[in-house]
Amino acid sequence: MLTKRIIACLDVSGGRVVKGVQFLGLRDAGDPAELAVAHCEAGTDEIVLLDISASHERRKTLVDIVRRTAEQLLIPFTVGGGIRTLEDAQSVMDAGADKVSVNSAAIARPELISEIANRFGSQAVVVAIDAKHEGNGSYDAFVNGGRRKTGLEAVCWARECETRGAGEILLTSMDRDGTTSGFDCDLTCRVASAVQIPVIASGGAGAPADFVEVFQRGHADAALAASILHYGRVTIAEIKQTLLQSDIPARWPC
Amino acid sequence: MNVAIVDYRAGNLTSVKQAFLRLGATVTITSQADELAFADRIVVPGVGHFSNTASLAATGLQAKILEAVDRGVPLLGICLGMQWFFQSSQEAPAIRGLGLMEGECEHFPSAVKSPHVGWNQLELRSASPLLRDVQDGSYVYFTHSFCAPITAETSAVSEYGRTFSAAVECGNIFGVQFHPEKSGRTGLKILANFCAEIC
Repeated sequence: MLTKRIIACLDVSGGRVVKGVQFLGLRDAGDPAELAVAHCEAGTDEIVLLDISASHERRKTLVDIVRRTAEQLLIPFTVGGGIRTLEDAQSVMDAGADKVSVNSAAIARPELISEIANRFGSQAVVVAIDAKHEGNGSYDAFVNGGRRKTGLEAVCWARECETRGAGEILLTSMDRDGTTSGFDCDLTCRVASAVQIPVIASGGAGAPADFVEVFQRGHADAALAASILHYGRVTIAEIKQTLLQSDIPARWPC
Repeated sequence: MNVAIVDYRAGNLTSVKQAFLRLGATVTITSQADELAFADRIVVPGVGHFSNTASLAATGLQAKILEAVDRGVPLLGICLGMQWFFQSSQEAPAIRGLGLMEGECEHFPSAVKSPHVGWNQLELRSASPLLRDVQDGSYVYFTHSFCAPITAETSAVSEYGRTFSAAVECGNIFGVQFHPEKSGRTGLKILANFCAEIC
């Protein structure tokens, strides 16, 4: 049976893994390649590396980190943060990424999604959507690390991404990010029922029970966690055992 | 051990290369048909549209791959590379596959989300050199929208909305629908089996 994926996310800045609370207040959590391998050994199904400090000067550093990490990984590896052009995507794919994640640049120029899909296949294109609840049950997509509102409604934008060739949606709830108060199942369910492609729920993972909820109630295909895994607050084993106890298929033991 | 990975502009080859390097192989990524003459193993990877496989015939790669297979060189098709071994695919009905295995690749039924992305289990169907020491029920990583029928050559199946061929083999020709290069230790074991003297 197809399993629900648990994805470890490494937010990288200046070559180090960091994790903030609600996109602010960053703390150091370690070396990206070392952490990726540790998560892989612990049973994570995929690794996502997001360069949250991405700028042109740092692009080369990122490519080096991607190469060093990819050399040691035998599971799917997604890289995002500051991917603005097909050439940016090419550089991280050449360094060993299996998928690239695009966010702000895809909103600014949606053709980027099809360009990357045409070059590498749809399975290589993950569109990240940072969504914030705007009251009356509507969610808006934000860009630039959550600093700028786009006016795009998150569900509509997810549908457009699918049409343009995205292979997966990485959906982050800005309201829940870093709070460990549980995933936003309402947001996840809306997007997951609107598109055919897999939806990765992100933002708010705190306890193993949160993952059960986001799969059952949010209909997510995968769920992503960062801080709780880095600081060892919860292990992949605990999450997967909890899933199996709730009859949710998980790759365990692995 | 010289592993040639055939580059026909269908997806990223770095991960496949990386996995074979880990096994100690010498790896050549090539789009030159003549270079295949020096290969001990040939890998046809590929993601994307079935129509991409048309370039294999057009560039002369197909003829050289089949020549090598006739000499006894083991061939591994991954994902689209495996689907190419069949007669055709609904994805591009006008393009003919190699026809080494009978049948047409079909889209997943509409009852399930498509593409099929993630870790799914292998159900072993027959003794297989490629899957030697791989446990029944092992998890491997898939990402595809079309799937191959079950034939006499099917060595493992997987289930997603329907049962489909996850691995096929016929003599020195091997195909896997999943990505062994992304399937953890199980995948690495399968690639190691392919590199070992399996024929």
